[in-house]
Amino acid sequence: MSEQFKNFCAGIRAEFPLLVGVFPFGLIYGALALNAGLSTAAAQLMSSIVFAGSSQFITAQLVHESTPGFIIVLTIAVVNLRHMLYSASLAPYISSLPMRWKALLSYLLTDEAYAATVIHYENEGVTPFSHWFFLGAGFSLWFIWQISTALGIFLGAAIPESWSLDFALPLTFIAMVVPVLKNEPAIAAALSAGVVALVAFSLPYRIGLILAALVGIAVGTVLEGRKSPKEKMRPKGIL
Amino acid sequence: MNIWLVMLFGGLITFGMRFSLIYLFGSFEIPETIRKALHYVPPAVLSAIIFPELFLPNGTLDLSLENTRLLAGLVAILVAWFSKNTLITILAGTLALFLLKLFL
Repeated sequence: MSEQFKNFCAGIRAEFPLLVGVFPFGLIYGALALNAGLSTAAAQLMSSIVFAGSSQFITAQLVHESTPGFIIVLTIAVVNLRHMLYSASLAPYISSLPMRWKALLSYLLTDEAYAATVIHYENEGVTPFSHWFFLGAGFSLWFIWQISTALGIFLGAAIPESWSLDFALPLTFIAMVVPVLKNEPAIAAALSAGVVALVAFSLPYRIGLILAALVGIAVGTVLEGRKSPKEKMRPKGIL
Repeated sequence: MNIWLVMLFGGLITFGMRFSLIYLFGSFEIPETIRKALHYVPPAVLSAIIFPELFLPNGTLDLSLENTRLLAGLVAILVAWFSKNTLITILAGTLALFLLKLFL
């Protein structure tokens, strides 16, 4: 067995517990994306074109609400900003790779791939084939995400129209947001964003959504101030 | 904008962010304030979507007991708090909405 393949398999093994966690999310995404009004092709291909779970759920919800496209794109951008942190964090470990490797690994750089890979680099350092570990972790997650999306679409298509599933997306968001409300700044960010979203709801182009998000982020950041010690970045959320 | 264009731009931006600092390695650092601010993106964005869904079921503020979505949403928040489980939260919220519609 070549060193490349060994590292690739080690990446898959390290990713495995995360794959188990991601699978039901893919199922739910596939089923709800159809229900929100996306075509089968759009729902499936979003999993490889955007390939970022939380923003895919949000896109499905916003399409369902007939939100203008540029607001959806802007929301995807805000939600995925955190990937720049992962990019910064892993950059030193892969700085000597050829550009095509950097581009491929960047495409596969999800929350879950980051979590498994950064731990590996921190413990083992850079070895001649450690980028194959990154590839194994990233690719296995990509593969499971495509499969679970497809299965979700298949199951979603079998759900009768009369079962109103349009409340399942907001419920998914509730399940995602509640666990991150761990301190006062986070709770204040959530409440202020929520209230602004209500007040600004009737503004044109659903610009109120972006406004609310920015107010919430600002409130959380200002409240955190300089008092709390810098905590180690732990990836949270899906993909 | 058409859904395919939304996906294309959304995908390009997402890839761009993942690639950005790997590409710029050594020449750019993320400012500390931005690092802090990123912690608050999930609670802010998700709440900005959830609140109107719960409080404005027909586009207008509804705080009455007739607002079954708000009540079911509160049930889901409690269940999410204690269970920390996505599937259980979705099932509990859906069941709550179903029962509330049946009995209220």
